[in-house]
Order: sequence, then structure tokens, then C-alpha cells
Amino acid sequence: MPAPFILDRSSVTQVMAWVLVALLPGVATYVWLFGPGILVTLALATVTALAAEAAMLKARGYPAKPFLADLSAIVTAWLLALSLPSLAPWWLIVTGTLFAIVVAKHLYGGLGQNIFNPAMVGYAVLIVSFPVQMTQWAGPLELTATPLSLTQSASVIFGGDFPKATLDAVTMATPLDALRTGLLQQLTVDEVMTRSIFGHYGGVGFEWLAAAFLLGGLLLWALRIISWQVPLAFLAGIWLAAGFLHFFDAGRFGAPWFHLFAPSVMLGAFFIATDPVTGATTPRGKLIFGLGAGLLTIIIRTWGGFPDGVAFAILLMNLSVPLIDAWTQPRIYGGAKHPDKDPSA
Amino acid sequence: MSRTLFTFKGGVHPPEHKTESNTQPIHSAPLPRHLVIPLSQHIGNPAKPVVNVGDLVRKGQMIAAADGYISAAVHASSSGTVTAIDMQAVPHISGLHDLCITLETDGRDEWIERTPLDYLAMAPTELRMQLRDMGLAGLGGAVFPSAVKLDPGAAHLCPTLIINGGECEPWITCDDLLMRHHAADILQGVAVMRHLLGSTEILVGIEDNKPEAIAAMQAAAARMDFAVEIVPVPAHYPGGGAKQMIQVLTGKEVPSGKLSTDIGIQVFNVGTAHALARAVHHGEPLISRLVTVTGHVQRPQNFEVLIGTPMRTLITLAGERDGTTGVLMGGPMMGVPMPSLDVPVVKATNCVLVKSAELFPPLPRAMPCIRCTRCADACPAELQPQELFRFAKAGDFGRAQEYHLFDCIECGCCSYVCPSHIPLVDYYRYAKSEIWAREKEKRASDLARERHEFRQFRIEREKKEKAEKLAAKAQAKRTELSAAPAENAATSEADAKKALIAAAMARAQARKAEAAPKNTDNVSPETQREIEEIEARRAKIRELARKPLEPKEKN
Repeated sequence: MPAPFILDRSSVTQVMAWVLVALLPGVATYVWLFGPGILVTLALATVTALAAEAAMLKARGYPAKPFLADLSAIVTAWLLALSLPSLAPWWLIVTGTLFAIVVAKHLYGGLGQNIFNPAMVGYAVLIVSFPVQMTQWAGPLELTATPLSLTQSASVIFGGDFPKATLDAVTMATPLDALRTGLLQQLTVDEVMTRSIFGHYGGVGFEWLAAAFLLGGLLLWALRIISWQVPLAFLAGIWLAAGFLHFFDAGRFGAPWFHLFAPSVMLGAFFIATDPVTGATTPRGKLIFGLGAGLLTIIIRTWGGFPDGVAFAILLMNLSVPLIDAWTQPRIYGGAKHPDKDPSA
Repeated sequence: MSRTLFTFKGGVHPPEHKTESNTQPIHSAPLPRHLVIPLSQHIGNPAKPVVNVGDLVRKGQMIAAADGYISAAVHASSSGTVTAIDMQAVPHISGLHDLCITLETDGRDEWIERTPLDYLAMAPTELRMQLRDMGLAGLGGAVFPSAVKLDPGAAHLCPTLIINGGECEPWITCDDLLMRHHAADILQGVAVMRHLLGSTEILVGIEDNKPEAIAAMQAAAARMDFAVEIVPVPAHYPGGGAKQMIQVLTGKEVPSGKLSTDIGIQVFNVGTAHALARAVHHGEPLISRLVTVTGHVQRPQNFEVLIGTPMRTLITLAGERDGTTGVLMGGPMMGVPMPSLDVPVVKATNCVLVKSAELFPPLPRAMPCIRCTRCADACPAELQPQELFRFAKAGDFGRAQEYHLFDCIECGCCSYVCPSHIPLVDYYRYAKSEIWAREKEKRASDLARERHEFRQFRIEREKKEKAEKLAAKAQAKRTELSAAPAENAATSEADAKKALIAAAMARAQARKAEAAPKNTDNVSPETQREIEEIEARRAKIRELARKPLEPKEKN
């Protein structure tokens, strides 16, 4: 047995558990502002992810216990569930989760080997394949006449045959979607923003959800589970790109604060872009990764075919990681430069 | 005392476990019946035995001489009889046996005549050779021959001399105790180092978890006739590594692939300074050292131990306990597991750490790397351990080397912090040894290829020469034939060919006949007789070999 013979008390399970804990403020805020429906989605995604993980581990000849206990499948399930509309039908949740675990994670080699963030692959597949179902967001309770209870939410998710009138009463476009649609209707940003779904910075309710994700993210940073580079660069990328566009034409481009206070941005910055497996590893690389994801998010939101761009931005940056890492190898002790750039080596 | 300190990147804070052993005074381990003294206790060439089995030796007598410049002599740690010079188990990571001299002690512990060295009057080269012959090697763990390190070279000056009292590894306290109790001796050794290296700045770095040692060293430093600065440094593993100590004290980095002397700094362990003082002022070669015996024993403490004492003796002295799961030489971060308890204490043995399942639980199952880069944050060499791991695991040793594998100091910080519990250092050692093996193989194959290419060239050349000769001959024949009157002009071409073939066959036959005779034919009568004599001797030997061996003498 080799040295060292002692270990710090850390484990993959512990890392993943802290990520789940850091998501709890977001989940709690979600329930408080949007109703308990998200709990059904989270539970269904969790069960699906664990079952898919167990099946894939068995198929690949890996021991199920240590790999199920690492909690990484649950993290993927929760991140995907929190990205989905809260009243998405069950089969949408199951399909997305299965795709995330089976294809994006295990077919690429399992824990630590996947190139793309599994949750974002699941999300991307769903939004490309089922764009209508992917917009069934429950509105914030503040704006909803008849909020759904837990059982009602469950029967919407599992039943699917809920009276359409009731469904229309509880679901609405997300603020980002509303802005996008409004702009397409040749309205100015200010005109769109007068609608009731917009709050102080982002959407009513949504901005608080974003704040809760931010809080959880800061907890992860304080625990050194994530580094500061990725979230900061990500938020800076959003702010700079949105700010630049807004500065030149405030009528056609949303304010940077509005873009920042979308829940997807905070979730992406602190929980998804920071995924170590699919992110850059060098300090400078992390800055480039975060900044790139932020810029791409605004570009996709503004000119792309979908209301939000976080998932696609992160997937595109995932693709660039090997290049970013190779180009940003830091100086080592003793000053040897990376040999790729050192002619004497 | 307000020196500006610097920090090194990375590092970890494992539990220190120093108080188990540093609260006890130093005891001398008793003289064992047998001492097993390995000939390769230092880096460089193994020492060459200068005694034979059966010889009586005295304590401090050289029993194996240094072989070459990078080598150190080995001495009898006590008086007695040489009973064996053979391969024995030694405390080495390879677990292989190595050549050792075994002494049966006579209990009298009789010294050789010890003559102090008047080092100020000696020529530096002479003094260094003397120190090499007294077996001095670095006692911090690397056991590099001290005489070599004390040579500043023609061009190199060593303005800064750093004495390393860091002792950052958990559990180990031998340097702590040495500084507490032998501070003055250590500084006497430092005076000799300073003299040989021409150093003007002398810094003693001690981690601040050793306040007694710092106080003792400061008191001793105040009594010296040259300036020595005792510098408490933050306790932070691996702050006792030479490169890290240099960085903390001076803010300088040793350039990759270079030595600290290239930036005018030399580093010695406090134990080495102490051994040097014993050698110079008391004429005692390096035959003993302080060893911490700690971990899963009843009375953890430090012993003054003769080189060659079996580790088992020390563990028994400290009180063996049930539930021992193994023994390490060194600390838990960089220590080496011992193949058995019969291995001897050597110059590199700073600690005998006895393991138990409670103190050192078995390492958990390794999970896949999740690229969290905690290892990179912890790496004092500022490498990207996760990339090195990936390359080593994939067998991509070239890339591993490009990512500075050989700048890794194997401190173990990366493995310590890894949430996936991957034995990273093991992968790096594996990659390094693979690269070394391949380089060796490559050198051998380069040589073989050169030889092969030359042979091919020679064969080609000979073939060409032969072909040219044949062509010339054929041409001659052809002209000869065509010169003859061409009666059957139509068949002359075929005839010519036939004639050529016949001639070739005749030549081949002649060559065969030529080749057949042995080289024993056509020799002079003297040579013939010699050959016959040799043949007769060989026959006799063959005859002897066929007979069963008879014991030469009966006991």
C-alpha cells in the first residue's frame, strides 16, 4: 500500500451532498412562491435517476452501492428537475432524466468521464423535442387565482388530462419568454416590462428564486466546494453582454439586472457551470469557461430560437474544455512554462 | 527577528500527532546482539566492503568504503565480529534485499581511536573526503552524501545556508528533540558547513509547532560567534521540504530541473548538522541517529539508535501492542511500508511508525476522478495532478512528462485531499519508473539499432563489392569466349551462359572445400599441443562435473 496513509475527511458523496444541501434554499423558495408542485417533479426525477443509474451500473459491471451512494445521480436529477417547468408531464421528466443518466453520463463512461453536463443534455433534448410542454410553467402564487395543492400538482403531472381552463389559469410564460415574445411583437422592453409578471429586477417570484440559488451558491463557495472563478466570470459575462446591448438600445435589449436575476442564470452560474467533471480545471481556464458561458447565454437569449440560453451556452463551453485547459496551463513552481509554448523543452 | 516570511502555494494540515512522542526524554536503545548494516544507505554508489567474514571490528571502524564521488562510507556501529556479508531485507520501498554486513556485537562497545578534525586548518577537499569517509549523509530522509553538498564548486558560491528544522511530517519528532537537547552541537556543525560553503547568511527554519526547540536553538545561537537567524515558520505540510523551506524563508524558487545551489542556497537537515559536529569535533563517524518510535506502541518516544539495530528491537522497547497492522519508516504522508520488522535502522530512518486499524484505517475504495482540482489547489509544486493522473492512467507518459511529472516531489498532498481517494502519488511513481525504464530500454535499443544498421551497411557493401567483382569476371569471360572463333554463332550465347554457370558452380565447389577445413588444421605444432592440452583439461572438468559433489571437509 502506498503513501500517504492518511486522508482528509472528504469524499465524492460529501461533495455531492453539499451541492444538494445548497439547492435546498432554492427548493424551499420554489415551494413557497410557486406551490408544492416542484416536489413531485423532484421526487420523480430522483427515482428515475437512481433506477437508471443502478441499471446502467449493473449493465456496465460496476458495483451499485458505492456509485449510487456518491449521490451524483441525484444531483443531476435535481438540477434537471429545477430547470423543467414545474407542471411538466411525467413522461417529460422521465425522458429527460433517462437521457441525462443513460446517454449523457453512462454512455460517455460514467462518473467523471462525461464531456457534457448530464442535466443540461437532458434539458436540451427536451426543449428541442418538446418545446410546447417545456413552457408549462406554473406562475407565481402571487399572480395565480387558484393555486394547485400537492395532490393537484401530482395529478396534473401524472394525469395530463387536467381541465385546460384550470391549467391555463395556473400556467404562464416565464418572464424571459414573455420578454422574448413581446420583443417579437415589436414592443419595446419598457412596454413589455409593465406587465404584471415583472418584478423589481426579474420576474415576480422568479427573482426571489434566483436570489435563493445565489444564496446556496455562496454557501458552496464558502465551503470551497466550488471556486469563485466560474460563477463570477459567468455572471460577469451575462452582465457585460446584456449591459453592452442594453446600453446601445435599451428598447430592444433587456436590462443586465433583468438577465442576471433569472433563476436559470444563478442555477447555471453556481451549480451547473461549476460542475467539475465537465468544466475547465485551470484557474484561468475557469474564468474563460465562465465568461464564455455568460456571453453565449445572452447571445442565445437575444438571437437564438429559445427563450433561455444557459443550457446551450454551458454545453458549448463543455465542448471547449479540452482546448481551454490545454491553453491555460498555469506556471508551475520553479517557473517551467508549459512545454507547448516553451521552445527549449 | 522580524523577518518577512513568504508562503508556498498549496499544502495541507494533517493532524500533527507530535505530542505522543515529544514529551519524553531521549533514551539510548540498548546494544543489540546483531547489527545488520546495509552498504547502500545513501544516494549514489553503494559502499564497498573492506572487511571479511570473521574479522574483528571496533566501534566506528570503516567496514565499507565510499565508492566514487557520490557515495559514503559505512562503519561498524559497535565492536564485534563480522559474521556475514550477504543479501538481507532492508528498509527500502522496493522491498528487495540488498548487500549488508552483519556484526555480532561483543558487548564491549569499544571505539576506534577518535581524532577530532582541525577543520579550519584542513584543505576543503581533504576535509570533504574525510567526511565522506566518515559516512556523512543527509539525515532528513534523502540521505544524499553530505560531502558532495558541502562542495560549492568552482563557480558556485553559497551565500545562503538554510538549516532545516521544519519536520513537517505528522508523528515524527526526532528533529524536535534533537534541537531541544543538542542545539549547541547542531550549530557547531553549522559552523563547519558555513566554513566549507562560504555562506554569509545562515537561517534555521523551524515550524512554529516546536516552541521548545525554537527557544533552545535561539539560546544556542546567541552564544555563537557568527550570526545565525532562528526563524519560526508556520506549521504547514510540506513546509519542511527543502524547496518549500527555501521559498518560505527567502521567497525564491528553485528553477525547475536545477539545484538550490544554482540560486546560491544550500539546505541541510538539523540532524546532518549534528552528525557533522560529532564527526569533526569528536572524530565519530555516522553510526547512530535519533529515531522516533511512535504510533500504535505503549510508550511512544525517541531513541538514540545504532545504525543496524533491527526495528523490532525498538518496537519492543517502546512496548508492542496487539492490533498492529504494519510499520512505516517515516511519516504517514511519505513513509515507506516495511516488509518485515527485522529490517535494520539505517541513516534514513527518522521514524518507525507503528500502524493500527484505529490510527490508520484502511483507505476507502477509490472512486473515479471528478476533476474537482482540490489536488491542484493542494500541490506545492503547483502542478495539475488531475491531468498527470489522467495521463499516467492512460499510459500517456509523454504527456505526463510535458505536464512536468518530474517536478512532482511526491509529498502526498494531492492524495490526502482527493475526495475520490485516488492513490495519486502511486500513479506518478509508476509513470516515473515507466519513463525511466523506457529511457533505459531506448538507450539499449538505440545501441542495438546502430549496430544493426552498421551490419546492414556492411552486408550491403560486401554484396555490392561481390557483385562488382562477379560482373567484372563475367565480362572478362565473355570477352574471352567471344574472342574464340565463333563456329556455332547461333548457340554461342547459350554456350556462354552455360560456361558461366559451370564456372560459377566450380567456384562454389572450391569455396565449399575451402570452408570445410577447421581452423585447427594447418596450425603450428606448438598450437596443436596447446589445443590438445586444453581439450584434456576440459575433458577432466567434464569428468569432475559428472561425479557427485563430495563434502570437502567434515565438521
